[in-house]
Amino acid sequence: MLSPALEQPKAGPKWVRSLLSPDILAPIIVGLVLLTAWELAVRITNTPPYLLPGPLLILQTLATDWPTLLPSWFVTIKIAFTALVAATVSGLFVAILFAQSKWIERSFFPYAVLLQTTPIVAVAPLIIIWLKNNTFAALVVCAWIVAFFPIVSNTVLGLHSADPSLVNLFKLNQANRWQTLWYLRLPTSLPYFLAGLRISGGLALIGAVVAEFVAGTGGAESGLAYQILIAGYNLQIPRMFAALLLITVSGIAIFALLSALSNVLLKDWHSSAMKHEN
Amino acid sequence: MKTRPILTLEQVGKTYANGTVALQNFNLAVEPNTITSLVGPSGCGKSTVLRIISELGDLSTGRMAWESGGDHKLAYVFQEAALMPWATVMDNIRLPLKLARVPKRQALELVSDAIAQVGLQGFERVYPRELSGGMQMRVSIARALVTRPNILLMDEPFGALDEMTRGKLNQDLLQLQHQRQLTILFVTHSIYEAVYLAHRVVVMASKPGRVVADIAIDSPHPRDPDYRTSAQFNRYCRDVSHSLSEAMGESLALSL
Repeated sequence: MLSPALEQPKAGPKWVRSLLSPDILAPIIVGLVLLTAWELAVRITNTPPYLLPGPLLILQTLATDWPTLLPSWFVTIKIAFTALVAATVSGLFVAILFAQSKWIERSFFPYAVLLQTTPIVAVAPLIIIWLKNNTFAALVVCAWIVAFFPIVSNTVLGLHSADPSLVNLFKLNQANRWQTLWYLRLPTSLPYFLAGLRISGGLALIGAVVAEFVAGTGGAESGLAYQILIAGYNLQIPRMFAALLLITVSGIAIFALLSALSNVLLKDWHSSAMKHEN
Repeated sequence: MKTRPILTLEQVGKTYANGTVALQNFNLAVEPNTITSLVGPSGCGKSTVLRIISELGDLSTGRMAWESGGDHKLAYVFQEAALMPWATVMDNIRLPLKLARVPKRQALELVSDAIAQVGLQGFERVYPRELSGGMQMRVSIARALVTRPNILLMDEPFGALDEMTRGKLNQDLLQLQHQRQLTILFVTHSIYEAVYLAHRVVVMASKPGRVVADIAIDSPHPRDPDYRTSAQFNRYCRDVSHSLSEAMGESLALSL
């Protein structure tokens, strides 16, 4: 065991303490070490930037190309966010529908799985052709396909996970279907739904990027994937990395946001969001 | 002084689809304002009786009659507290009223009444996970009492608690029964608990589930902890134990 002083710095306000906690500090140190090694390796071996740029050059490019990258970043985020909202609404709706009857679930669940197992790269061209007048909608549909399933499958599992004794209690009190859904099944499924949402958040972003790769559209409404494509053609490898960095950071930010949301919603009662004192 | 039973089961039998006979020729008359214990080993059908009475399960043969003619309020306390982890103590207790669409003001009055009955004042806004097992069971009992039931079914409610907590809850349940003139059907596998709590102990045996003895516990009620060491208490426990071991054809030590 670490000494208590190292484990829990006592001084300073709460946020300083949490920044200095091993959970935050350790990955930062690892990251800095790796980045330094990368930078050094690139410099020592004299690797040309069109093969592998160092992290410093990437940051520099990110700053200089910011006017080009920012609008694209915004487009990608908009696609991912719209798809995530659509997946959440439709996923919840479908999950609740499935939970209403074993027959509905048996009949339709395989098709929900179908959405999940369809390679998005393969169907994206079709969707783009079908929605050729509205590329934005086409990209949203592609991202939605990827983001939809985790929400449905997790929420369905949650809706079926109600405590059997509580189900009996609801029966004894003559609760109707909607009361049982609202007061018992939906609250039970909340942690499951939130776990699905966290997965779908990242998937929506990946879906948006992959779909745009396939679409390869340019113009005013082009996203980060397009920037990566173009940078690749033009051997602007540092810009490629900069765009990639933006995508990764966005993914992490989405995950962090959804985790925070999950913690806020569950902090009072679910063990996943509680501080354990052991 | 014989009163009319509020509930009568006559020749009730229950056979499951796989052929298992859970209950055979089961007779029971529940007197109002009394505690009746059902005691027996696991698999003797004592929980099945509660499920039939509460209509969570149906009976295969025989009949069940309510004195009220069916207009009864029934509450059930399960083996585990079965609380909603996302709801506070208060909201958990309020649940049956919410489901019955009782107006909020009236509901809150009933809830705080029930909270006072089980001694949970000050814990209204606490979540179940912050409570000990015994306290959680108190919430569960309060939730059952909040609808002012005519009959309270309790299915081994204190089985998972430690001896000390169990004793305390037994004591409080006796007080509660006395104060509110509750009618309780109490299932347990503890002979001591059955005798200590009840006006009447119905002893059951398994394979098939049946009644082997019906013993009136004619000791003053409610009882205090000293009763547990009395000769009378021990005699009743021995009686129950004997009828159990006779029925099961095996030696059943009193120190179960």
